[in-house]
Amino acid sequence: MGKKLLIHNEHVANIHTLEVYKQHGGYASVEKAIKTMTPEAIVEEVKKSGLRGRGGAGFPTGMKWSFLAKPEGVPRYLVCNADESEPGTFKDRYLMEKIPHALVEGMITSSFALGVHTAYIYIRGEYFYVSRILEKAIEEAYAAGLLGKNILGSDYSLDLYVQVGGGAYICGEETALLESLEGKRGNPRIKPPFPAIAGLYGCPTVVNNVETIAAVVPIVMMGGDEYAKIGIGRSTGTKLISASGHINKPGVYEIELGLPVEEFVYSEEYCGGIWKGKKMKACIPGGSSVPIIPAELLLKTAAGEPRLMTYESLSDGGFATGSMLGSGGFMVYDEDTSIPMNLYTLNRFYHHESCGQCSPCREGTGWMEKVAHRLAEGHGKPSDIDLLWDIQKRIEGNTICPLGDAAAWPVASAIRHFRQEFEALIPKKEVAH
Amino acid sequence: MSSQKNIQFSEEAMATVNKIISRYPEGKHKSALLPILHIAQAEFDGWLSPETMDYVASILKIQPVEVYEVASFYSMYNLKPVGKCLLEVCRTSSCWARGADDVVNYIGKKLNIKPGETSKDGMFSLKTVECLGSCGTAPMMQVGASFHENLTPEKIDTILDNYRADGRRRSYTDMDYKNTL
Repeated sequence: MGKKLLIHNEHVANIHTLEVYKQHGGYASVEKAIKTMTPEAIVEEVKKSGLRGRGGAGFPTGMKWSFLAKPEGVPRYLVCNADESEPGTFKDRYLMEKIPHALVEGMITSSFALGVHTAYIYIRGEYFYVSRILEKAIEEAYAAGLLGKNILGSDYSLDLYVQVGGGAYICGEETALLESLEGKRGNPRIKPPFPAIAGLYGCPTVVNNVETIAAVVPIVMMGGDEYAKIGIGRSTGTKLISASGHINKPGVYEIELGLPVEEFVYSEEYCGGIWKGKKMKACIPGGSSVPIIPAELLLKTAAGEPRLMTYESLSDGGFATGSMLGSGGFMVYDEDTSIPMNLYTLNRFYHHESCGQCSPCREGTGWMEKVAHRLAEGHGKPSDIDLLWDIQKRIEGNTICPLGDAAAWPVASAIRHFRQEFEALIPKKEVAH
Repeated sequence: MSSQKNIQFSEEAMATVNKIISRYPEGKHKSALLPILHIAQAEFDGWLSPETMDYVASILKIQPVEVYEVASFYSMYNLKPVGKCLLEVCRTSSCWARGADDVVNYIGKKLNIKPGETSKDGMFSLKTVECLGSCGTAPMMQVGASFHENLTPEKIDTILDNYRADGRRRSYTDMDYKNTL
């Protein structure tokens, strides 16, 4: 049984209430931070912890925090990215729904560390009911003197609000999120300037994922060095994995980074193996944007080493033979899955979600959807596979935000590893000449 | 339903709107646009007519076009009338892998409608949507604020019967949601 730091109380009755949450040690990090630590010391602990952004990019959180500009007389903001929309990812929803105070506590402690006095949780509109749960938790925290003026009798004050979105995957990209929070279309901004310099309302802003913020709580409690002892190398701490697809036990699992992938897939403690006694064909281990890889390469690297659930191990071999840990959206496909049809669902997704700002993405995602659809339906032409490859190549790296890359990589990896399956779907008479 | 007159928030809705506006710094009230559009959609027949959007613009003291461009960008705002219960079936990867197409077909046959259409009695509209963050409980659909997960034909029958018996319009802003996590 691995160590759990975030959802260890997931099955405690009424853990969503402040009373029960506090009975289980909740809000101790706020107490410790405000009464015994300086903001700088907290940032230092987060740096030492090696915590990396849990939304998908894996950027070191402490470093992101230290970039925050602090000009005199200018407000700065902490914005929590709860726009969880990456296909295959539902861990933040689970955390917020089950233990909403874990996020509220993280927001208070993090805001104190960053010298922030107004913070927002931007949650995807589809999670409207979760926003109700969060608002209730926030209300309880205000009533307990954990939010508002003079928190716990100190001279530190913080207001925390929840903002619902309107339904747009792109708002998970931090600058699009900020645009949306300002009441606009979610078009990503050109960077630089980065949000740490000019974010919400042009003020210095940190945007962090839900799980990242929640992880600040155990880091403050145990200290950065202790936290960094969990995991392997630069993959420190625990990670929430959203497991779905053709497995016996879909759900959210907190793992210690470093767990062997094979154990995660087949042990009863986690996914419980492939459903209906079938074999695993492929897996997208980190949310739909990361490369799909065949079962053999998921379990073992090209060099034959057991693959581990870490940022480094899952990406070992680069895109030729590896994938990425990403958001931890772990999607498993059984032996009967049509890879081209699955790709088509993803192409359709990215086409639907492209904001339309950059032409390679706006046009290219539509083309890819169309071509993948006819291939998957068995009406493809022999030239279609190369055409798909060509389109994704022209999108990758040529857009303002990473949605372009995210749309391209699933296509490239599906063709790289499963080309024969695409070829087999092309009508025979077409192949003959 | 297509032409709406006397668009005016109820007192209760107006209080919520004002509370939302107060969350943002002086002069940054436009930030309240997305949440207010949700309230407007719930208050005025489940969709955003041009009249409704103009009304929201007048409340926020912004140009109507600033509302239109936002309403047309996000997928949750209906720019055309929909049935009382909008059945939004997720069909992205994991949901597809666990039978989302069967769910769409089953509902379509049962209600005799295709995605994008509304049943004759105006009770249900069917829509296919992209990932709703419910991959571990696939297949699923969202109806208003509720997530209905691990769907089977029997479950769908019960869910639709219940909505029909209840008869109310369902909105994202509803406080009485069901979820199965």
